[in-house]
Amino acid sequence: MQDVKVLAVIIFVVIVGLVLFVSFYSARRAKSASGYYAAGGRIHWGVNGIAFAGDYLSAASFLGICGMIAVSGYDGFLYSIGYLAGWVVALFVVAEPMRRLGRYTFTDALDAKFNKKSVKLLAAIATLVVSIFYLIPQMVGAGVLINPLLGFPHWAGVVIVGVIVITIVATAGMTSTTYVQFIKGSLLIIFALVIVVALCVRGLSTEPDAGGKIPFYHYKTITATETGGSITPDDSAYAAVAQQEVAVKGKTITFVKLQSGDISTWWKAESDASGLTLHETQETVVTGDGEKLINGAPESKENKLRLVGNMTAIAGDTDTETGPVNPFKFLALIGDEDSEIVLWKSTSFSDDSSSVTVFYPVTVSGDTIVKPGQSFKLEGSVLDRVDFVSLMIALFLGTAALPHILIRYYTVPSQRAARKSTVVAIAAIGFFYILTLFLGLGAMTSASINPLDNNMSAPLLAETFGTFLFAMISAIAFATVLGTVSGLIIAASGAVAHDLMDRFGGLIKSERQKVVAGRFAALVVGAIAILLGIVFQGVNVSFLVGLAFAVAASANLPCIIMMLFWKGTTSKGMVASIVVGIVSSVGLILFSPTAWELYGLNALDAPFPMKNPGIISIPLSFIAIYVVSKLTKPDMIDEDTLHASRAAEAANDAAAAAAAAE
Amino acid sequence: MLHEPAAVSGIDEAAAYKRRLGLWMLLVYGIIYVFFIVINVAWPKVMGTIVVGGLNLAIVYGFALIVIAFLLALVYNWLCTRHEKTFEGGGKA
Repeated sequence: MQDVKVLAVIIFVVIVGLVLFVSFYSARRAKSASGYYAAGGRIHWGVNGIAFAGDYLSAASFLGICGMIAVSGYDGFLYSIGYLAGWVVALFVVAEPMRRLGRYTFTDALDAKFNKKSVKLLAAIATLVVSIFYLIPQMVGAGVLINPLLGFPHWAGVVIVGVIVITIVATAGMTSTTYVQFIKGSLLIIFALVIVVALCVRGLSTEPDAGGKIPFYHYKTITATETGGSITPDDSAYAAVAQQEVAVKGKTITFVKLQSGDISTWWKAESDASGLTLHETQETVVTGDGEKLINGAPESKENKLRLVGNMTAIAGDTDTETGPVNPFKFLALIGDEDSEIVLWKSTSFSDDSSSVTVFYPVTVSGDTIVKPGQSFKLEGSVLDRVDFVSLMIALFLGTAALPHILIRYYTVPSQRAARKSTVVAIAAIGFFYILTLFLGLGAMTSASINPLDNNMSAPLLAETFGTFLFAMISAIAFATVLGTVSGLIIAASGAVAHDLMDRFGGLIKSERQKVVAGRFAALVVGAIAILLGIVFQGVNVSFLVGLAFAVAASANLPCIIMMLFWKGTTSKGMVASIVVGIVSSVGLILFSPTAWELYGLNALDAPFPMKNPGIISIPLSFIAIYVVSKLTKPDMIDEDTLHASRAAEAANDAAAAAAAAE
Repeated sequence: MLHEPAAVSGIDEAAAYKRRLGLWMLLVYGIIYVFFIVINVAWPKVMGTIVVGGLNLAIVYGFALIVIAFLLALVYNWLCTRHEKTFEGGGKA
């Protein structure tokens, strides 16, 4: 373990050093506002395409999806599909108009045909809201990663990321962020591919042991007898000392506390045709005096929860290993109806003065893993299905409205380059998302899931192939956080310095002032991100990312679409749409079952019964822009006037450049 | 200068063609995507049907959505570039 730490620290330091070197090297390009906010518009489309992938494959996207697939199977992969499909909207509808209309920020493009202060203000606020909601899970992810990697506490991880990112952004802006994303995006895809190849070469086993490094743990089973409702084990080495009936999602599960020597642990009772059996579980117990016990003994470096996830039968064969398999065979074997996979669920209850959380195995058939249903209840109520549709709509429409993605269209020299870089992004991101299915299912079947936190499934899967891959993937995951946070802070600082201070407030008098303001704004936004990352420790990162997507799809996309395709759109309609989009999406999520759980309340009592608001908030935003535009005076600049204005600006710029040259 | 609304760029003669093409291709992909969602919510059991090589419809359709997105992107870029070149050459498509 010590070797892992040393190598991880070395690789971590090398990658962070590389990132900082690129930043300082790129600083010379950030003297002007164009250089700082848009990398001077000189980035090659190929580099920009991979940088898009770097921006998009955030910690939540990489760690979150792999973790979700590891515990829910195909349902996690639905996120991959939805996130990728969103890029089609970006390419076919948004990419070139955004490049043509905008300059530095999302607000530029939205306001190009209106030049109204109200649009500038609201679009900047929408950018800030989406960026900050997207920043929180990235910073929380940094804290999650840094703990196993370097052993620092959560807050230290958040502060380290914050300081490095502020340094990157304040030093060189979009240029360094672009190259950081390019390096990180490339490394992420290459090493994900390496792990998938290694996974297929190793094949599947019913007793995964990380290539012989970690002995497979066989969970015990004891037959038992029930007398008058009390369960007693048949093995005299154990004595039943307590029993709990726990309601879990409409079913009652019986747990029995068994004493063996000085150790007492909770076992799950199951009865079938062959009789009653007790199955060994894992558990954390916090006693009344604050002591934490893991599986009956005090928590220590040596005594932690065991990693979980394995198959008990591969296509009907037990106690077997397949040897090398091709990728399709790998999926087919896991999804075979005669394959059995052990998933781990958890539940909590009180035992005297102790708080107990039990992690217990549930064996499911392979064919249920590779189709929807483990997480999304598609065979459940109408509301469950509508909730699923709502999520898929938000994922499809959210991507093309994320400000930190949209500003990357200004870093390339032309509309054609913007289009080509989006094609590269779709290729890179699509390929990576296909790999996530293998990474997630690989973790599920390779004893690579931490029962307490499935976000680390991909790095832990890498660890089963050796120290180097673990250290490399962990460092790349950390760089992922750095890159995404950099992009978000650039977007947010642009909203403050360019949109609010300059174009809305008229406070900026020179190019230099605008760059200085942007750097100061990056410092302030970075500090806020650090604070939020510490405050939101332990909050589900996927929930926060979903919120950002829902807000972006509701507040920004209707404006983009209507501005581009309906000449009747007015500035007041745009403002109404943004307000309705933000208020309805954020409002509905704050009253959703997920939020109710976060507040510590019963999710069933939540006033809004769905987790995903998109199916309501997105149409509401479209209705708002249509109705208000119909009721207000048209004020959109027509295309001819816009072109004439642009041509005059081009002539002025050329004249100014010629005069400067003389 | 600082208050200009946007970047200066030349008139894009091919913009109308690209916008139409983009909308048509979005419609094609949208139909495929919506059909995927409809199967999931209306006939979820169908997603478990083995389609090819031991892989079920859920996996094949999911991979297809990713691959089709890339193929449509290539076709869109090729058609747009070809159309833009007709203007660069002085002719009209």
